[in-house]
Amino acid sequence: MAVLVIADHDNASLKDSTHKTVTAALALSSDVDILVAGSGAKAVAEAAGKIAGVRKVLLAESDALGQGLAEAVTAVVVPLMGGYDAVLTPATSQGKNVSPRIAAKLDVAQISEIVEVVDGSTFVRPIYAGNALETVQSSDAKKVITVRATAFTAAGEGGSAPVESIGAGDGAPKTKFVDQQLVKSARPELAGAKIVVSGGRAMGSAEEFQRVIDPLADKLGAAIGASRAAVDAGYAPNDYQVGQTGKVVAPELYVAIGISGAIQHLAGMKDSKIIVAINKDSDAPIFQVADFGLVADYKTAVPELMDALTAAGK
Amino acid sequence: MKVLVPVKRVIDYNVKARVKSDQSGVDLANVKMSMNPFCEIAVEEAVRQKEKGVATEVVAVSIGPAQAQETLRTALAMGADRAILIQTDQDPEPLAVAKLLAAIIGEESPDVVIMGKQAIDGDNNATGQMLAALLDWPQATFANSIELNAGDAKVGREVDGGIQTIDVTLPAIITADLRLNEPRYASLPNIMKAKKKPLDVKEAASLGVDTAPRLKVIKVTEPPKRGGGIKVETAADLVSNLKTAGVL
Repeated sequence: MAVLVIADHDNASLKDSTHKTVTAALALSSDVDILVAGSGAKAVAEAAGKIAGVRKVLLAESDALGQGLAEAVTAVVVPLMGGYDAVLTPATSQGKNVSPRIAAKLDVAQISEIVEVVDGSTFVRPIYAGNALETVQSSDAKKVITVRATAFTAAGEGGSAPVESIGAGDGAPKTKFVDQQLVKSARPELAGAKIVVSGGRAMGSAEEFQRVIDPLADKLGAAIGASRAAVDAGYAPNDYQVGQTGKVVAPELYVAIGISGAIQHLAGMKDSKIIVAINKDSDAPIFQVADFGLVADYKTAVPELMDALTAAGK
Repeated sequence: MKVLVPVKRVIDYNVKARVKSDQSGVDLANVKMSMNPFCEIAVEEAVRQKEKGVATEVVAVSIGPAQAQETLRTALAMGADRAILIQTDQDPEPLAVAKLLAAIIGEESPDVVIMGKQAIDGDNNATGQMLAALLDWPQATFANSIELNAGDAKVGREVDGGIQTIDVTLPAIITADLRLNEPRYASLPNIMKAKKKPLDVKEAASLGVDTAPRLKVIKVTEPPKRGGGIKVETAADLVSNLKTAGVL
C-alpha cells in the first residue's frame, strides 16, 4: 500500500512537521510520496525529495494552492487517492483545515492527531485535552489521518526522490483570498523549537510580558509561548498560545513563567522533555508536572535567572 | 438571513476527564455536562449578528441524547429563536454528525452555518470541514472575526503565524475560534423566556442517514504520568540542574 503525505510549508521553505509526518507514514508503508501544493514552491518540492525514505514528490501549483485554501487542496488530493491507501497531514492549522474536507469527500472518518501508529489500521490519539489516550481501529478502506508532529521523530535527510508536476485542480471558486498578516520573528518557530519560554497572566500587561519574556527567550535562543489566559487578556498574540486549543509543543526545555497550569495549558506542553516552572504560588498545578520548580515572584526570579545564565556562560 | 448553529453537549470544561478502569472510555456518570465552549462562541456570534440586524433568525441544532435539550435551552436563553434536537443515544462520529447536519440543512436552508471549531471531548476538529465538503460549500475555519454581507462573508482566520482573511460566497460554513467573542451569560428572564421557545425533537434514524461508526475504540487509557520533579531554592540552582540534565 502506498501513502501520501501533504507537506507543510510556506511556499518558500519546508517545515519540520513534514519530516515528522513522513516518519508516521513510513510506519504504515515503505512507499511514501509527498504532495507539495503551493505556488512558486519548487524549492520546497526539492527539499521534500531529500527526505530519506520518500519515493517521489508531487508538485501542484496555483494561486489558490499557494494561499492554502482548503477547497483547492482537496480538489488536488481527492483524485490522487485512487493510488493511495492513506493520506497523512501534519496537524497544523493548515492541516486541520484541509484534512477533514478530504475525508468527507472520500466518505471516510478522519483519524485526528495521532501520536502512535499501532498497525496499518490502528492508531493512538489524545482525547479530552490529552487527559485520555484513545486507541482506535479504522474499518475504512482509505485512511485520512492528521499527525501530531511532536509525537514523532523527524525523518532524516539523504533521499533523492524525483519531483513530478501534476495538475492544480479546480481551485476554490467560492473562496477569495483577501490577505494574510503574519507576525515576522527572528525567533525559532514555536511548534518546532528546542526551547520554549512561556508567560502567563501574572505578567499583567503586554508591555510587562515583552519586558520579562522576550530577553529570557533571546538569551536561551527560545521560541515564545503563552497561556490562554495571557492571550485572552491581550498580553500576547494568539499564535503564541500553547494548549488544547492552541499549539501543542514538546521541546527539550519548557520554561513556564507565571503560569498556573490549567488543564488546557498542560495538554499543550506536558510532553516536553524538561519542564521548569516559576510561580509564586507553591500550590499552582504547574508544579505537578514540572521537573524543576522555583517558588518565587517572577519579578525577582527572572532577573536572577538571567544573571545565573550569564554566569553559566549563556 | 438565517443562521444555523450546531451545538454539542460535552463534559464541562472545568471538569477533569477520568478514564474508566475497564478502559472502555471516559467516565461521564454524574459528571457536570455543559455546552461545548466553542459552540457557545458560535451561538454568541449568531445572536450578535441578529442584534446587529444582519441575521433574522437563529436556529440551534444539537445531536445527542434527550438531555441535550438542556444544551439547546441554553442556546435559546442566549438568544437563539428556536431549536432542533436530533435525538440519538449513540455517540456519532464527526462524519455521521456532518451527514445528519447536512440533512437538517436540506430542510432548513440556512444562509450560513456558524459552529465551534472543535468539541473538547473528542478533540477532532473535523465536523465543520466535513459538513462543508458534503454540501460542497466553502469553509472558513478558525474564525476570529466575521463580517456577514448579503451574498458573502469576510472572515479573519487564526492560522499558524498570524491571521488570514478570506471572503467566502454564501451559503458557507464558518467555524469559531476562541477569540471570536466572549459569550454572554444568559439572564434569568431570558432563561425563563427560553422555556417557551420552540424545540422540535426528531429521531436521528428518521433522517435516513448512515451513521454507522467507522472507528472501533479498542481501549481508552490514561496518558503516562510524568515523574515527580523537585523544587529548587534559587535561580542558580535551577541553572545548574538544567546543565546536569543536558538541556542548556
